[in-house]
Amino acid sequence: MAGIPHDHYEPKTGVEKWLHERLPVVSILYDTLMIPTPKNLNWMWIWGIVLAFCLVLQIITGIVLAMHYTPHVDMAFDSVEHIMRDVNGGWALRYLHANGASLFFFAVYLHIFRGLYYGSYKAPREITWIVGMLIYLAMMATGFLGYVLPWGQMSFWGATVITGFFGAIPGVGEVVQTWLLGGPAVDNATLNRFFSLHYLLPFVLAALVIIHIWAFHTTGNNNPSGVEVRRGSKDEVKKDTLPFWPYFVVKDLFALGVVLTIFFAITYFMPNYLGHPDNYVEANPLVTPAHIVPEWYYLPFYAILRAFTADVWAVMLVEFVTGGIVDAKFFGVVAMFGAIVVMVFIPWLDTSRVRSGKYRPSFKWWFWLLALDFVVLTWCGSQPAEGMVPVISLIGASYWFGYFLIILPLLGVLEKPLPVPATIEEDFDAHYPPKDASASAAE
Amino acid sequence: MIKQSILAALVAFGLGSGAALAAGGESHVEDYVFSFEGPFGKYDPMQLQRGLQVYTEVCSACHGLRQVAFRTLGDHGGPQMEADQVKAFAKLFEVADDGDDAEPGDTREGKVADKFPTVSGDGMGPDLSLMAKARAGFHGPAGTGLAQLFKGMGGPEYIASILAGYTGHEKEEAGATLYENTAFPGGWIGMPPPLEDDSVEYRDGHSADVHHTSQDVAAFLMWAAEPKLVARKQTGFLAVSMMILLTSLLYLSNKKLWAGPKRKA
Amino acid sequence: MSHAEDNAGTRRDFLYVATAATGAVAGGAAVWPLVNQMNPSADVRALASVEVDISDVAVGTQITVKWRGKPVFIRRRSADEIEAARAVSLDDLPDTASENQNKPGTDASDVNRSVDDAGEWLVMIGVCTHLGCVPLGDAGDFGGWFCPCHGSHYDTAGRIRKGPAPRNLDIPLTTFIDANTIKLG
Repeated sequence: MAGIPHDHYEPKTGVEKWLHERLPVVSILYDTLMIPTPKNLNWMWIWGIVLAFCLVLQIITGIVLAMHYTPHVDMAFDSVEHIMRDVNGGWALRYLHANGASLFFFAVYLHIFRGLYYGSYKAPREITWIVGMLIYLAMMATGFLGYVLPWGQMSFWGATVITGFFGAIPGVGEVVQTWLLGGPAVDNATLNRFFSLHYLLPFVLAALVIIHIWAFHTTGNNNPSGVEVRRGSKDEVKKDTLPFWPYFVVKDLFALGVVLTIFFAITYFMPNYLGHPDNYVEANPLVTPAHIVPEWYYLPFYAILRAFTADVWAVMLVEFVTGGIVDAKFFGVVAMFGAIVVMVFIPWLDTSRVRSGKYRPSFKWWFWLLALDFVVLTWCGSQPAEGMVPVISLIGASYWFGYFLIILPLLGVLEKPLPVPATIEEDFDAHYPPKDASASAAE
Repeated sequence: MIKQSILAALVAFGLGSGAALAAGGESHVEDYVFSFEGPFGKYDPMQLQRGLQVYTEVCSACHGLRQVAFRTLGDHGGPQMEADQVKAFAKLFEVADDGDDAEPGDTREGKVADKFPTVSGDGMGPDLSLMAKARAGFHGPAGTGLAQLFKGMGGPEYIASILAGYTGHEKEEAGATLYENTAFPGGWIGMPPPLEDDSVEYRDGHSADVHHTSQDVAAFLMWAAEPKLVARKQTGFLAVSMMILLTSLLYLSNKKLWAGPKRKA
Repeated sequence: MSHAEDNAGTRRDFLYVATAATGAVAGGAAVWPLVNQMNPSADVRALASVEVDISDVAVGTQITVKWRGKPVFIRRRSADEIEAARAVSLDDLPDTASENQNKPGTDASDVNRSVDDAGEWLVMIGVCTHLGCVPLGDAGDFGGWFCPCHGSHYDTAGRIRKGPAPRNLDIPLTTFIDANTIKLG
């Protein structure tokens, strides 16, 4: 496991040996739990356990909610009110599920940005990164499908807008859109199939998570220094690492405790803060809300989608070159998905030989600008496309693509990085110097 | 110069809100204080009963409450009406007849297990069951969401402000009558002013001027939208307390565990 | 220093045990709502009791109402039906228990089957005690009910007389709220 020399599971009792010969499940779980983990991991490494908790929370609350929900256009909205008012503890399950989705995305963004800063996507961890991007796409799909189910105004009109993207595909667009909807517009056929897929995707997601863990257990975790664990001998390994259990399990649980304290405070004291009041109005195909907005976690991509209007020179150029086949609407859709797809290629776009952003002084500026860009784009997505918003969105979208396609490839070549620690042990000791001298003096 | 400034000031004061509204300017929602606000907030059962009276005597003519069952009027944390009061109250309403011999359109007397009727048709208004959660009274500033973070979503505040915000002016537009209102976005609302001072007479002698009835019915509508609010905040207190305890123990455990590797043991 | 180490051992373990125990309590607190949500919801519990208007039921006729998902026969018996039921000796009954939730432990004599002492009102769950079909009224060899599924015959007090059904038709909790209203449950 991880090519890191370490003690493996040895079945001891008769029962253990019997099972191990037939299905080595205990050994796999034991080795996974005890994996030597870099001892210098910082608090940005805790989001994995938060994400795992969120997945379990969403699946459990989701299954239980599905016992009371009815996926029919005439009954969906009322069934959600039935859950809120009549089902024992239903209000809690619903609020946990809705706010749990927000926690899921909050954690995933911090997790992804951790990877971007510390170079976790660089060789040999490309597969971990790509599977991670697939998980992120599955999360976005699941979240979108789930938001349609309560059948409020935003559910309906958000579904109309998003399925409209597929109509923008040149040529096959209308056929694909009708196929997705099961009709000419969002209606019962759409709602029913969205419910089925919303129930299905989380399990696909769980499978991807297992592969994700398998991948980074094969390569070993990254760490803040970007320096690999020494694999010469078990002794060397012990100087750089600590077993995951108990050190990182307890540390992660503590961090999870802090996160959940805040999460429960939000869920129980301001459960509708992150939502949109219009979704408490039942869906009406004949009345469009004043401002259609997706949930906050889609806002940056919504801003990118809307940034590319017909008057933008790049759009006009593409429209001309493709003879009108690619119009502003399709350009926006491609840009939106492209903003995620471009991240998939970062292991090859980042040319730096230094892995961690800690030792890349120029990189840090551009990285934090990207983080700021993400926040600004989030704000842009929440506002009507008026005044300064389109301009800011366009600048933000351009920087996003520029970071991955231009800045990272150039930085690796042009930047002069700082010296990197020789070993993880050295990095850890720099933070926690031996205190023998002061300890004996105190005695 | 001074005469001009005085004149300007007079014009500003005199035409202030009217001019702003006529220009479609900022609508204003008053940040009323409700008993159910804050982490330890609770509904005031008497206020909810007063609000129920306002709803029944004034609003129910045009607005349904179809998500609310009569039996919930007796529930913990709500108006807390006595069982026989709830039964008598339900009988005041006509609900769709669901008996074996009923034709579509037949109605019967309400029973405790029924829900308030739906009201629909020309000139009727939207159902009010979720209105307090379907509107946000506070916004921004500049899309940052800070107002709602500190003051709450503002649904009931919005409702109370609308009911108390009529200026008395009307206008005709495209065959419809619109009424000037300081709280409604755009300044002109289609609903005629439903409340006047003493529109209802409260049996407990509480003041029934518009300032009070608007807040009472807003509080009632908040309960109608979120009957589990009290249970939610009580559970929240327990959940957060439990998590603070558990997290503190995990903090100490983590510290102890890592003391060795960090050479602090 | 060794003294501190001995105490440190037990102090450290106590902290871990306390943490694990608190975690277990939090976990248990989280499990209960997941189990409880499957219990009957408030709207279902509200229909646990139902009031029935019996003012339009003529003598010698019955109405059937749905209560807790099952049919309930509410019959206003004629003088003949009451007399026929009272003439039956307990020795002729396969089931001598009243099967009446209002009078637990009593025998199946007619006075223990009707709601009122005069014997005019008979309220029974209309589910055959054999395998659950709904018996037909004014049918069968004993002037009461007949179950077409497997041929059980019930008399004018709803007691099993002939056929495979083991018990008399069950009588639920019934009370007269006033002269015109019966409460079930």
